[in-house]
Amino acid sequence: MKKIALNGAGLLVALFAAFPVYWMIATSLKPNREIFSATPRPVPAEPTLEHYREILTGNLIPGVTFADFFLNSALVALATVLLSGLVALLAATAVARFRFRLRTTFLILLLVVQMIPLEALVIPLFLMIQRLGLYNTLPSLILTYLGFSLPFAVWMLRGFVAAVPKELEEAAAIDGANRFQTFRRILFPLVAPGLVATSIFSFITAWNELIFALTFINDQDRYTLPVAMTFFFGRDDTAWGSVMAASTLFTLPVIVFFLLVQRRMVSGLVAGAVKG
Amino acid sequence: MSTLIEAPGTAAARETPARRRPRVDHLPYLLLLPCLVIIGVLLLWPLGQVVAMSFYKLDSVRQLRGDREWPWVGLANYAQILGDPFFRTVLRNTVLFAAANVLLTMVLGTLVGLLLNRLGKRMATFVGSCVMLAWATPALTGTIVWKWIFDDTSGLVTWLFNALPDGLSSALFGRSDWTGYGWFNDPLLFFSILTLVVVWHSFPFIAVSVLAGLKSVPGELQEAARVDGAGPWRVFWSVTFPSLRPVFGILVVLSTIWDFKVFTQQFVLAGGTQDRSTFMLSIYSYAEAFSPPPKYGLGASIAVILTLILLVVTGVYVRMVLRQEDES
Repeated sequence: MKKIALNGAGLLVALFAAFPVYWMIATSLKPNREIFSATPRPVPAEPTLEHYREILTGNLIPGVTFADFFLNSALVALATVLLSGLVALLAATAVARFRFRLRTTFLILLLVVQMIPLEALVIPLFLMIQRLGLYNTLPSLILTYLGFSLPFAVWMLRGFVAAVPKELEEAAAIDGANRFQTFRRILFPLVAPGLVATSIFSFITAWNELIFALTFINDQDRYTLPVAMTFFFGRDDTAWGSVMAASTLFTLPVIVFFLLVQRRMVSGLVAGAVKG
Repeated sequence: MSTLIEAPGTAAARETPARRRPRVDHLPYLLLLPCLVIIGVLLLWPLGQVVAMSFYKLDSVRQLRGDREWPWVGLANYAQILGDPFFRTVLRNTVLFAAANVLLTMVLGTLVGLLLNRLGKRMATFVGSCVMLAWATPALTGTIVWKWIFDDTSGLVTWLFNALPDGLSSALFGRSDWTGYGWFNDPLLFFSILTLVVVWHSFPFIAVSVLAGLKSVPGELQEAARVDGAGPWRVFWSVTFPSLRPVFGILVVLSTIWDFKVFTQQFVLAGGTQDRSTFMLSIYSYAEAFSPPPKYGLGASIAVILTLILLVVTGVYVRMVLRQEDES
């Protein structure tokens, strides 16, 4: 009896959590007459890819295709990931492998800057971007997202670096490897999985971001996906089939990536106490 | 040969200072340099800059580009904001919204965490995966889907209310035809739906964290309390909660910080920054700065106020994490 109640509660929670995602995908596959019918169908009766076709053939904003926006977003996100991964790896190695005077200060700095409300930085960063002449360029976003993703990336990566046994590096050093060789041959391969996990978080940060992309980019052909979707959505908020198809294409990569690394997320945020 | 590890024998070196002073290793500072530069330039400098901007009258992009002067106005922006009754409404909205959302997220998240801990293995995996979906969904698309669910013609909620027996619907809500009903027009209703969207998006993190906490606490204590005849309520408050207190503390602080500056969900749900009746601090700051006519200085002063509020919360958070770091 108790077990049934527990399982029932579990199913309710699952329904509440997963339903919007299901509904997004289901709607994207329905023909318009099913979407706008008086009685909604839980499952598409005649599934169709017409909305995906509409989206992919440039219906979102005239003259610019979905692929263009997708490419802009991917470019920004990948550049952010590469830069942030490289810089974070260096910093994480410093924190996890060395004892130096300002180490604790740096760790506190990392924690504190993660708490800066990024929403409060739109105005001064807009100023900086204007001054640098980067307004309306994708590098303005890469720069911005680099700053946003870096503190968490270092915080997360230092746990991975610390988890590599020091003895391996000591052995390599005894065998005559210099610092760079030890780093490249020993530490880097062993930290690589952690670097992938960290990169995914930076990717999601850059991929999902809306406010700064909305503020720093003016030309439609330079829009990232979130901006394009907001624009499209604001202009025509009844084309639910297309909106849901675009949303699905935008969301799926994030969900796949996210599921790969979510375990690290909890330890990264809550147990700020990763040994290091 | 120097190695990539901390110099062994520093302690020994200290005992015999005559032998040699430990050499200062510059490598860690060199490794930190790019990171420090980026944090400094892209986070700390703008943070200072927003404070500076709040003391000027900045009403055009040309001022930002440096083509025109910046007239210093001292505290005039703050005086204008704090003296505006609308600001008090916005502040009240923000605080009430954050409080309601933190409370609901914590309660729902904790209940789901406890539930996941009690479910059988297969069921727990299934429910856990579904919960993860809500977490993984980007704020933007999650909000768009909820907006579709509350669409005034073909939305699921509109259909559900239309499906209620007419008599019942009239008796309860004073209307039986819900087609065309503007779910987002009334501020209270708008904030309720926004709460639904935000809680849906943020309870998974709480649930998973609480579950992780529960897994790290030996279950025997709860078992013993249950054998001694304590009900679930009692077991939670006298056994489970005390052992998870540090986790709860951090979760409350993190949720508070996140819910105080909700932006994307509000922006999408309200369809931009036109609807002032549903403003909260972060969107208010943005709208003042970027909606024409631009008022960057005024927007900056609101951003500073938001930051100061969160600074206090952050102070609490950092102290908690450091204490946890010491204990482990």
